[in-house]
Amino acid sequence: MSTTTPLLQIEGLDAWYGEAQILFGLSLQVAAGEAVALVGRNGAGKSTTMKAIIGLVRRKARRLTLRGADLSALPTHAIARLGVGYVPEDRRIFAELTVRENLDLGRRPRPPGASLPGWSMDAVFDLFPQLADMRARLGGQMSGGEQQMLAVARALVGNPTLLLLDEPSEGVAPIIVEHMTRALVRLKAGGLSLLISEQSSDLCAAICDRAYRIEQGELRGHGPMATLAADVSPGAPLSPSTAPTL
Amino acid sequence: MSFESLLFQAVNGFASASGLFLVAAGLSIIFGVTRIVNMAHGSFYMLGLYLAVTLAPLLGEVFGGALGFWGGIFGAALVTAALGALVEIVLLRRIYAAPELYQLLATFALLLIINDAALYFWGPEDILGPRAPGLSGSVELLGRRLPEYDIFLAVIGPLVLLALHLILTRTRFGRLVRAATQDREMVAALGINEAALFTAVFALGTGIAGFGGALQMAREPANLALDLSVLGDAFVVVVVGGMGSIRGAYLAALLVAEVKALCTALGLVEIGGYAFNMSRLTLVAEFLVMAVVLVVRPHGLFGRPQPVQARRGEAEAPLMPLDRRGRLIALAVLVFFAGVPLLGAFISYAPVLALDMLIAALFAASLHLLMGPGGLASFGHAAYFGLGAYGTAYAATVLGLPTPLALAVGIATAAAGAMLFGWFCVRLEGVYFAMLTLAFAQIVWSIAHQSEEVTGGSNGLFGVWPDPPFDSANGLYLAALAITVIGVVLIRRLVFSPFGLALRASRDSRLRAEASGIAVEKVRWLAFALAGLLCGAAGGLFAFAKGSISPEAISVGRSIDGLVMVLLGGVHSLMGPLIGAGGLTLLQDMVMRESPYWRGLLGLLILAIVLLFPSGLAGGLRRMRRTS
Repeated sequence: MSTTTPLLQIEGLDAWYGEAQILFGLSLQVAAGEAVALVGRNGAGKSTTMKAIIGLVRRKARRLTLRGADLSALPTHAIARLGVGYVPEDRRIFAELTVRENLDLGRRPRPPGASLPGWSMDAVFDLFPQLADMRARLGGQMSGGEQQMLAVARALVGNPTLLLLDEPSEGVAPIIVEHMTRALVRLKAGGLSLLISEQSSDLCAAICDRAYRIEQGELRGHGPMATLAADVSPGAPLSPSTAPTL
Repeated sequence: MSFESLLFQAVNGFASASGLFLVAAGLSIIFGVTRIVNMAHGSFYMLGLYLAVTLAPLLGEVFGGALGFWGGIFGAALVTAALGALVEIVLLRRIYAAPELYQLLATFALLLIINDAALYFWGPEDILGPRAPGLSGSVELLGRRLPEYDIFLAVIGPLVLLALHLILTRTRFGRLVRAATQDREMVAALGINEAALFTAVFALGTGIAGFGGALQMAREPANLALDLSVLGDAFVVVVVGGMGSIRGAYLAALLVAEVKALCTALGLVEIGGYAFNMSRLTLVAEFLVMAVVLVVRPHGLFGRPQPVQARRGEAEAPLMPLDRRGRLIALAVLVFFAGVPLLGAFISYAPVLALDMLIAALFAASLHLLMGPGGLASFGHAAYFGLGAYGTAYAATVLGLPTPLALAVGIATAAAGAMLFGWFCVRLEGVYFAMLTLAFAQIVWSIAHQSEEVTGGSNGLFGVWPDPPFDSANGLYLAALAITVIGVVLIRRLVFSPFGLALRASRDSRLRAEASGIAVEKVRWLAFALAGLLCGAAGGLFAFAKGSISPEAISVGRSIDGLVMVLLGGVHSLMGPLIGAGGLTLLQDMVMRESPYWRGLLGLLILAIVLLFPSGLAGGLRRMRRTS
């Protein structure tokens, strides 16, 4: 058990879409350099958790901090500047901008107090060589897998300390999932913290240390990834405690 | 017509196209990023011209003529941009999350306020600016003299187009604008400060509009009618070119300006033995261009279909038929209004004011049919009021028809107009619908203004007095009461009929309604025609009530009055517009006529409604009652 403050700390998170409440008192933590999985069925609230962290939905929390800094009162762009990278579920590549321009918009100086080395364009192309060959291509003309790589690359050049990956393997060819898994393993080895949401746990099993299960907007358990990978059927008991321990 | 005159007009067309383009381009860029249609965009154009004619002589005294002139133009553009930034920070930031209709109204309120501010600072007289030093002469081309300044203006449009293109494709700011046009949230998630970007974009757009206005300094005097006339033109250009496309805006501006110029160049043309004065048909030509483009490409030349957007704002409670208490109140109100003629014995003014309120109520109720159950906010409902009024007035005076028949002619005219314009309008939704309805209303207004032999031009038609028994104040009042009651009851019955359900279903979810077999466009077209018909009845009554009708009575201001009435009362109830109509009529009668700045006051009132009571006064009261 670590005594240092975790990188991301969430306690009692409620979130809403318009009038409808989606998340109910969610609590979770991500330690520095850790990879954590959010598992649960479609509609359980995984994507909303991601959006709540980056500030794209209305939310309220007893505690929502990154490296001790309170995120709950900050606008989205300020949260991103503190070092949160966001790769959304539907990738949200700017279709009318080229690969190069998409990456260019993502570039940011390293956040204050960042301990990780900064990302250059070359480093990103080294991680995803396929992108290097299509710098001038329009985002709208890429395949789903290529867009997924670009979305991760676009988040990386913002020099995040925490990367939120929402369903990175959804609707993507198996070969790309393999590439992506390898890339994420490299990122984790480089010290980046990851919060990954997945319905299928293959990708997570290869990367993540721990997992949280969400059902109907509530935390239903958490535990080591290995326990979870063995049984992903909903409702299966994990660690009985809902209070996360590190 | 000669080749020379055609060429002359063609250059003229290019010069006009530049002005149009500068306004439309700014409108388009602002909409792309902020999703707000800036109704006050023409006002920034107007401000640019006023500032230029003020700054140029001042600077000219210090730096000499040439530097003064050009310095005046650039100074005016910069000041307008700064004002734009201020407006964005103070006002627009508060309404980005508001429903579209409120955004449109808030910026329209700004238009009213800016217009009265200009009246306050510069007075009602037109102000002429200095001529352009070095460009005041003319160039001889094929025997015709082309003003140098027109040639200069003709070049400016493409230059600004090029500059904007380079900014959008080659700079980080441009990439941000393009990215934000597509997905604002993702831009923020990448750590980019949306608020600053929005302010910059709004300043850029208004600055370009101000620049466009300032450039007109050597061509036309600064006047207070420019804001609306330019806005109407810019809407036509943007709808034709496709919202969000800069190239489209230029091409459309050129198309519209050249077609107008061509009509002027053709002059008198004889077709089948009849002589047509084509130069008087420029407005009809503008309408035809827009009609053809919209039929072939509903989203404009370079536009894309709008994504289906979720409705913003509060979910609304379903409309309910009146309960027992409601019926009693309605009956009491009816009895009161029926008793007004008795009141007239003591207060002679009462039937006159009550008649105004009835006409306003029918007008607002017909607009509410479109806005509430239809979900289509028309910014040009005055067109059908005008068609009804002019139709009635023409039939009563020129044709000498008896009163009921004249009113029928007016109603039929309005219904025909609504069917024609509605056919195009219902193909669009949201802000596009608002823009197109406003553009059509501008066209109707201009036709009333220009076709002197039919409409009496700017003087209008006089001596529209009803025959007995409607010639007394009470006679006309009771007839109006009957018509208004019939109209309101008809709307109520309609809203709860299967047709009304289909209309409301189309509003709440177009896709879902279509999937369940509702012909959405047909239902909306019918609603549009009905709203126009009832509005025409209000217009016809208005003509008889005032004894005259002039273009001023059917200007955009009336459309906006209607919107304010509906919003005052609340969009989400059938009684709301009636209460709003009564309230606004009283307010205008008591307070606003007292001040030359009543339009500005109306603007402030609208802003107050939008910012304080986002669901209308009735809705606001309901909420207060709920929370207390």
